[in-house]
Amino acid sequence: MSDRWDEKAPLYGIIAEFDNPTDLVVAAERAYAAGYRKMDAYTPYPIEEVAHAIGHHRSLVPLLVLIAGVTGGVFAFVSQWWAAEIDYPLIIGGKPFNSWPMFIPITFEVTILFAALTAVVGMILLNGLPLPYHPVFNHKRFERATQDGFFLCIEAADPMFDRTHTMNFLKSLNPREVAEVES
Amino acid sequence: MADGQKSYLAPDLAASGSRYLIVAAAGAAGLAAGWFINHDQFFLSYLVGYVFWINMALGMLFLLMIQHLTGGAWGVLTRRVLESGARTLPALAVLFVPVIVGMHSLYEWTHADAVAADKILQHKAPYLNTTGFLTRAAVYFVVWGAVALLLAAWSRGQDLTGRPEFTHRMRTLSGPGVVMYGLTVTFMSTDWFMSLEPHWFSTMYPVLFVVGQGLAAFTLTIITVVWLSGRAPLAGVVTQKHLHDLGKLMLAFVLLWAYTNFSQFLITWSGNLREEVPWYLKRTQEGWLAVALILVIFHFALPFVLLLSRKVKQNARLLAGIAAVLLVMRAVDLFWFLRPAVPHGGGEGHHGLSLMTALSTVWIDLSALAAIGGLWMFLFMRGLSKRPLLPVNDPHFEEALAHGRH
Repeated sequence: MSDRWDEKAPLYGIIAEFDNPTDLVVAAERAYAAGYRKMDAYTPYPIEEVAHAIGHHRSLVPLLVLIAGVTGGVFAFVSQWWAAEIDYPLIIGGKPFNSWPMFIPITFEVTILFAALTAVVGMILLNGLPLPYHPVFNHKRFERATQDGFFLCIEAADPMFDRTHTMNFLKSLNPREVAEVES
Repeated sequence: MADGQKSYLAPDLAASGSRYLIVAAAGAAGLAAGWFINHDQFFLSYLVGYVFWINMALGMLFLLMIQHLTGGAWGVLTRRVLESGARTLPALAVLFVPVIVGMHSLYEWTHADAVAADKILQHKAPYLNTTGFLTRAAVYFVVWGAVALLLAAWSRGQDLTGRPEFTHRMRTLSGPGVVMYGLTVTFMSTDWFMSLEPHWFSTMYPVLFVVGQGLAAFTLTIITVVWLSGRAPLAGVVTQKHLHDLGKLMLAFVLLWAYTNFSQFLITWSGNLREEVPWYLKRTQEGWLAVALILVIFHFALPFVLLLSRKVKQNARLLAGIAAVLLVMRAVDLFWFLRPAVPHGGGEGHHGLSLMTALSTVWIDLSALAAIGGLWMFLFMRGLSKRPLLPVNDPHFEEALAHGRH
């Protein structure tokens, strides 16, 4: 694999490693201010400010959960009403066919079921999971991201990306190390 | 931390609190007028006003113990507010005297002739009798007062010395305290309110009071915190994240209120039993259905939908506005609960008291709310003015203040 570091090897991006979260947050803010958008940060524990700094917007999950919850509630209520009032009317306990108070517990449960399942499945899918391969693992020190390394990776797909420029830019941000990541 | 303690004192709150004495005086004048016009109505209206404010104090005691047990930034931020509310319980024991005086007006089971003519009341007499009622009330007030004053005293000790044993004591008492709270509120709501209609019973009823108390306490706590956050010494201390947490907890109580109330309704409706159904008939006929629908919309649907949004929960003015609506709805809820119970002032008609008849004397209820509430708010504000507004020596103080501001 002598051609591994060849100039022509397909590049995923350039990664910078920082010793502490403060440097990472500053670096991410500077990179965002410089115009970079396609980048991601990797840290041993969640750091809200980094997500902010790299321009992470609020996810679609809450909206999907709301839609699913309303759908589940309407579906549950209408199907009970349709069964009891239209499809198979039976007198039960001397109550009217449309005994809506009886439909509420199931309506409530199905609302929660739809909303909860959508929250879990939607979160997984919108996270891009399942993902069997991610190029950032090609970086040899990347395992430190689960221990004590704070990484910022600017991806080659970013329109502003330039091999030398981006490399120099990241080097100017007080990193411990900067390296190219092949895809 | 000694000078930090000084900086969170707000002695000027006592002066703001004194203004509530004017409200109390106006309310007392209205109550006095009510007394001369209709004794029986006076006592029922007084009970409506009284339950609103003792629910507030008990709810704050409940939340205070919960936050000692569970921790969390919201608990550190609201501790003084909750303590100040819980410390009004001894005064509320004194304010219970008019209820004792009015027992004969309020409770059918205190009438020997009514009991003699009623098999069900005879069977309930071993529990529902004047001696038992008074003894139990004394026990409730001793338990509540003791827990509230001990927690406040230890919190004071923590403030002054920072010694960890005070923190441990507060946590240790709060565990059994919550259990005793659950038992006393269960018996209290049975004695004081459910027995207004002595034939009727519901095992969900005490839970409705616990939930109502928790919700009432959250509404006033949020309003107080938002109000304090705009002035010295708390200006700049309260973060969006603190408000968000309080809003989430209030949303949970709104849901719990709807859940428990609907559960009682569903069980009664599907059981369709002779002794249970009249409670709802009295509260859905003769105009009362309108009040029930107002409760469904403004006590549940509207706050529920609004509080789902993160932006609303993080907006101080909107959150306080929703809390204010819910606070008013707590009073409407109790009016709907208690007023149709005894048909004083209206004929003993088949369907009980009509809403219009009840509204013609609603000014006595409002006077009671103002009289007791004015006094309560005065004590509450005085309590807030005497101690630092934040527990600076709490082990989680710094952490709680940094919540949402890294």
